[in-house]
Amino acid sequence: MKPTDTSKPDYFHKVVDCQWACPAHTDVPGYIRLITQGQFSDAYMLNRESNIFPGILGRVCDRPCEPACRRGRVEDEPVAICRLKRVAADHRDDITDRLPSRPETTNGKKVALIGAGCASLAVANDLLPLGYEITIFEALGTTGGLMRTNIPQFRLPPEVLDEEIGYVLDMGVDLKLNHPIDSMKDLADDGGFDAIFVGTGAPRGKELNLPGRYDSENVYIGIDWLESVAFEHTKSVGKNVLIIGVGNTAMDCCRTSLRLGAENVKVMARKPRGYFKASDWELDDAEEENVEIVVNHSPKEFVVDNGKLVAMTFDQMEYNIDKDGQIDRGKSTGVVTIPCDDVILAIGQDNAFPWIERGIGIEFNEWDCPIVDEKTMMSSREGVFFGGDSAFGPKNIIWAVAHGHEAAISIHKYCNSEDLGDRLPIGMNLSSQKMGIHEWSFSNNYDPAERRIMPHVELKERFKKLDIEVELGFTVEQTIQEVERCLNCDIQTVFTANLCIECDACIDVCPVNCLTMTENGEEKDLRQRLSAPADNLEQDLYVSENLPQTGRVMIKDEDLCVHCSLCAERCPTGAWDMQKSDILLPYANDESNELPHTAVGEK
Amino acid sequence: MSYIAKPKVSHPNMARNKLGLTVRDYEGSVSTLCAGCGHDSITAAIIQAVYELGLEPHTLAKMSGIGCSSKTPAYFVSQSHGFNSVHGRMASVTTGANAANRQLNYIGVSGDGDSLSIGMGQFAHAIRRNVDMCYIIENNGVYGLTKGQYSASADIGSVAKKAAPNQLAPIDPVSTAISLGATYIARSFSGDKEQLVPLIQGALTHKGFALVDVISPCVTFNDNEGSTKSYAHTRKHFNRVMDADYIEPSEEIVVAYQEGEAMPVHLHDGSKIIFRKLNKDYDATSRAAAFSFLRDSINRGEIITGMLFLDEDGHDMHSDRNTVDAPLAQLAYEDLKPSESILAELMNRYR
Repeated sequence: MKPTDTSKPDYFHKVVDCQWACPAHTDVPGYIRLITQGQFSDAYMLNRESNIFPGILGRVCDRPCEPACRRGRVEDEPVAICRLKRVAADHRDDITDRLPSRPETTNGKKVALIGAGCASLAVANDLLPLGYEITIFEALGTTGGLMRTNIPQFRLPPEVLDEEIGYVLDMGVDLKLNHPIDSMKDLADDGGFDAIFVGTGAPRGKELNLPGRYDSENVYIGIDWLESVAFEHTKSVGKNVLIIGVGNTAMDCCRTSLRLGAENVKVMARKPRGYFKASDWELDDAEEENVEIVVNHSPKEFVVDNGKLVAMTFDQMEYNIDKDGQIDRGKSTGVVTIPCDDVILAIGQDNAFPWIERGIGIEFNEWDCPIVDEKTMMSSREGVFFGGDSAFGPKNIIWAVAHGHEAAISIHKYCNSEDLGDRLPIGMNLSSQKMGIHEWSFSNNYDPAERRIMPHVELKERFKKLDIEVELGFTVEQTIQEVERCLNCDIQTVFTANLCIECDACIDVCPVNCLTMTENGEEKDLRQRLSAPADNLEQDLYVSENLPQTGRVMIKDEDLCVHCSLCAERCPTGAWDMQKSDILLPYANDESNELPHTAVGEK
Repeated sequence: MSYIAKPKVSHPNMARNKLGLTVRDYEGSVSTLCAGCGHDSITAAIIQAVYELGLEPHTLAKMSGIGCSSKTPAYFVSQSHGFNSVHGRMASVTTGANAANRQLNYIGVSGDGDSLSIGMGQFAHAIRRNVDMCYIIENNGVYGLTKGQYSASADIGSVAKKAAPNQLAPIDPVSTAISLGATYIARSFSGDKEQLVPLIQGALTHKGFALVDVISPCVTFNDNEGSTKSYAHTRKHFNRVMDADYIEPSEEIVVAYQEGEAMPVHLHDGSKIIFRKLNKDYDATSRAAAFSFLRDSINRGEIITGMLFLDEDGHDMHSDRNTVDAPLAQLAYEDLKPSESILAELMNRYR
């Protein structure tokens, strides 16, 4: 193998599994260390730089970081990254004077954002400080989009939403509520805007057209039903409720039903466990509330008696699963009838753009989604950008924020007649963390503590009102233990081959068999003759230049390194060093002044 | 040393030996030696060797004297027996321990100072008595613990850090052991575990005195240019004449050896050592030939490594003295002490 080129930020960035997996590349180990030091406000601001809504995401993020967390490979459970984000938000001081602000004069460019959800707010957050005049058009009478309408208040309190959305809007936005856009053509041709951003989400819940669907009034579309609960149009539900589908919306629907008077709530899954769309923790939370998840039931018919829904029939399914976990279409082994009063459909969402005329330069693909450039977020019509669920279909909040950052850069470049593709690259700073002979700037010892469990409001208590937040947040003790579980993957093991005397000290001391000195070879062959076979192909091998004494190479399998620094401590020549990698993500602001950017709080 | 101990966390898919233990189960406490010390590598090689042999930790007795080398038994196989004796007396204490209990596996860790100066007599007599033990000399040419004075193994002209060149002739433990009649003699290098681990396994399994002299650079006082015991010098001048592969009793020989190049030697417990000749002129079964090859190589400035001499005749101190198998502590009082009538009979013989 060739020596690893660590001058490109991607190599070390990828070692920080959580940050790499986060669509917005939040500096997770960075903010966890700030929490360790009690600097909650700095931790909050470091978060906000990339993900805009730490308080919101600290509760309801889909957490792509956690399945990626190295701790989950070394042990079973990843670091409770999302919970720690909430710790930073809960314990911060007043940070309003540290927020970005709008310059006194505008730059004369007008940008329209359609929809007041997370994607549009991210664009506004990045463009307002550059002097843009932002107008947000929102169809509903309130901001937040799905964060407010589809996420129940017992998971995300309205105060948290209002505060963090306020941080953006308070910079000065022309917010037009109850102002649906009926014609993109009119807005684009005659609206007088320099650029338009569409952040309208995926607002259409999927239908289930089975016999009896429209014969009663007791069958609801999940996201519409949640919205009507959020706006208090729906205040009750029947005693026996079936939820069709087992994604995260289904989890919100079943838990909301329990708070509106349902006594017996079943989530009906077509497939067995392991094939659910819902996140594991959302399933856990629902089951804690005694929601029954019924597997292998495929909906067949709504049973209606005299205009009233009385039951639903299902095919009882049987599946074959092959050795790779592939599941077949299954076959019915019989029909069962389950009595119910209400049925809520939560089987997915689609994009819907009835208000965008065809033939105005915005092209759509076969699924009726706009064709959007994945890097620049621009549609086929110049000056019209998409982001969030409206761009590529339903994802989640953190993706929408990431889209917003990219779209903001593009809009800025577009308004300045610059090439949208010519963007600042991601940068990286590396700095040694050595403080003394065996001292490091971070807590390097491995703490064997297990993942802390989020304390919840008592079951009896939490159903009394719709808006009692179930999760209480980590206690101080829990926080202290959980932060120590972070493996500091951003403190990189950096190797300098010409200093190595090949004494084996690093190899002998490594607790997880990461290191090997051996003859170089092809990657496939090398992976099998290391101290421990490197079978996780998603994790890179770090290959050194040839070593001075024997011409062998030092190889590090990044997979399980716990960043304990012992290789660097036991190295007599400093060939190994622990260096912090700051991944420098360019934002619209950086494109604007082209000055090197710095991480908040760490400098 | 490090401020933190090696964390208990380990690779989730670690291999296990025949006892179901992982290599981590054979570790000791954290080393307090200088970072990069060759001794730590030898410690790791010992851990690897006993792990692969599947030794039960409680059947191992770790013996040592004084010096950097003699601290290392604390760093491997925590759950075994150990005795840290006075300077140079490891060999004598092991002789006594072995006399009292021949059922333990004795591993003595010594240094060039401990064995070749103050302990030279003890070292020589342990060989002479053919004590069944694995005797490891961690050989770095200096007294590291007292700031780097030359030891008895320092070569003429070798220069330690900030020192004048050494002028006294070295004592070579390997040629000494050959001339004293040791039955298992090997030399290796701390930076070459591939060679070292099977040599330690063979030494632990061999019946009788087994010497493994290991060049083990002192990073702090003797790893500089001009030193003949540095990592760089050893790598440049070492000459592997005879490698040894240790084959467990239950294991099949799977590697294909070339005719005339490989020679299996059966050890008393049914395991084998396969000699692999890397130098066709070397004969590890002839004491005289081995000695003469060694003397010539010293004159050429080469460091000959590998399995240098082996005589698996199955003798040791106990077989020569016809002693009991059981540890003395397990013998009944009557068996240890002659009865009054037998004692009287014995005394009568001398009247």
